[in-house]
Amino acid sequence: MTAYRYDYEVITQWIEPGEKVLDLGCGDGDLLRHLMQVRQVQGYGVENDPDKLLASVKNGVNVIQMDLEKGLIGLEDGFFDHVIMSLSLQAMHNTQGILAEMLRVGREAVVSFPNFGYWRHRQSILNGRMPVSESLPHQWYNTPNVRFFTIADFDALCEMNGIAVRERLAFDEGKLMLEEPNFLASVAVYRLGRSA
Amino acid sequence: MTKMIQPQSVGVVTPQRAEFAQPLALRSGGTLDNYHLVYETYGTLNADRSNAVLVCHALSGSHHVAGTYADAPHNVGWWDNLIGPGKPLDTRRFFVIGVNNLGGCYGSSGPNQMNPATGRLWGADFPFVTVEDWVESHARLADRLGIDSFAAIVGGSLGGMQAMSWALQYPERVRNVAVIAAAPKLTAQNIAFNEVARQAILTDPDFHGGHFYEHGVVPARGLKLARMVGHITYLSDDSMAEKFGRSLRHGRNTYSYDVEFEIESYLRYQGDKFAGYFDANTYLLTTKALDYFDPAFEYGGNLPAALARATADFLVVSFTTDWRFSPARSREIVYALLHNKRKVSYAEIDCPAGHDSFLLDETRYHKLLSAWFDRIEA
Repeated sequence: MTAYRYDYEVITQWIEPGEKVLDLGCGDGDLLRHLMQVRQVQGYGVENDPDKLLASVKNGVNVIQMDLEKGLIGLEDGFFDHVIMSLSLQAMHNTQGILAEMLRVGREAVVSFPNFGYWRHRQSILNGRMPVSESLPHQWYNTPNVRFFTIADFDALCEMNGIAVRERLAFDEGKLMLEEPNFLASVAVYRLGRSA
Repeated sequence: MTKMIQPQSVGVVTPQRAEFAQPLALRSGGTLDNYHLVYETYGTLNADRSNAVLVCHALSGSHHVAGTYADAPHNVGWWDNLIGPGKPLDTRRFFVIGVNNLGGCYGSSGPNQMNPATGRLWGADFPFVTVEDWVESHARLADRLGIDSFAAIVGGSLGGMQAMSWALQYPERVRNVAVIAAAPKLTAQNIAFNEVARQAILTDPDFHGGHFYEHGVVPARGLKLARMVGHITYLSDDSMAEKFGRSLRHGRNTYSYDVEFEIESYLRYQGDKFAGYFDANTYLLTTKALDYFDPAFEYGGNLPAALARATADFLVVSFTTDWRFSPARSREIVYALLHNKRKVSYAEIDCPAGHDSFLLDETRYHKLLSAWFDRIEA
């Protein structure tokens, strides 16, 4: 249905069989469907777009309509093993609020986002144009993204908010980048926890 | 399943009647020694008897959920836009049942039916019935029809509460439940509106303590007022503003108590119409059943504990402009199910029509129900 998303593979590796998983901005529910199949998770999606919600219902996953900008009101502390937000954080205004909420209702949070500091993006800016790439596919005038940040920015935010980065993998169009990820990677996937 | 055909009506339907001689113990402490239920069915029960869907009606609804009558072609079922070949609840796949609740006024045992013990109409002597009693009586109808387990039980408003109650009283007999425009219990404000409606009926001189049939009258003024106040809660501020605004019938103030504003005309019309066909005792009994409904009560108000028994997969739907049972009330149900790790999906449909939205064929709403029914194994 949708294009293959390589962050799904990383996320799947971090999920143990039978976990309780919450997927924020679950879209058509493909990731949850995948996790239900290969990890037998008890999965719930959150979606506020009616068309995507409908797609999730068609896809046979549990989906709950909720406006993430208002947090995860009503969900219990520590209820989920993992709370996932795949390529949606950059489209939210309440960045710090949702990160706090994810770590309130989940033992760990999994977040992936496009890296604005990717070298091709920098090159584009140097050439005087806003970047358009595989990870940032929209034009500046129609992008759903409202926050533009780099891997280094996100690391600093986690540090500032007492969020422990337990694992971070960065990719350049599917290829794992171990060196200089903030320059060489277009997408980063984080496993986050509460600092002890 | 793709709906390859144009949605159609189920066509002409005929109500059926089932008699029950086994006494039914009621929550109120009373007993119905024998009773009957009228119901309609659409579609065909499959060989496995696994494709049955029960549709529960709301306050003023009935067993006539879909189709028309041969002798009354304009009497279309109240949820006809949902049910039929090619419609969201597709009668080519499902065997759909509508039942008139006990205490109703459309033919099931109720105040306007004969009390077999006295040979007279029950009137006010018909015992108080609860949502749980309705479920119990409908379970017996299911037994009669050879249905061990429903593929789904669905309902809006009070019907949604009844569907939820099924999942708690007979978790093994229902695989999917849709709770639409409902709430886990009524608020003080909800009960207050019901009480105003009841007082309108009870204080009507033509009510005669509920035995008005013998006097050849109906408490039409009380029923009318009850319906008027009820109707206000079914609509939204926006939909009323949109539909009527402050439009004046005569284009100017007439400084009288006759109809001036169009909303007055509408409410009076709705009230008069309702008083012409609905039974006052049924209105009283049904609003009380609504007031009493509170599955969490015996769990110290702990809804998650109350819903722990449910095993069905749930769909919960609310409407943004419904202030009678607001989205927040539906979310309480969702969170309680989530607490119990039940399968649940929840949609908040953006529709201007208030509580009554659940009866409309709003596109997103019906697409959602269609997708949900399609994934149910019949």
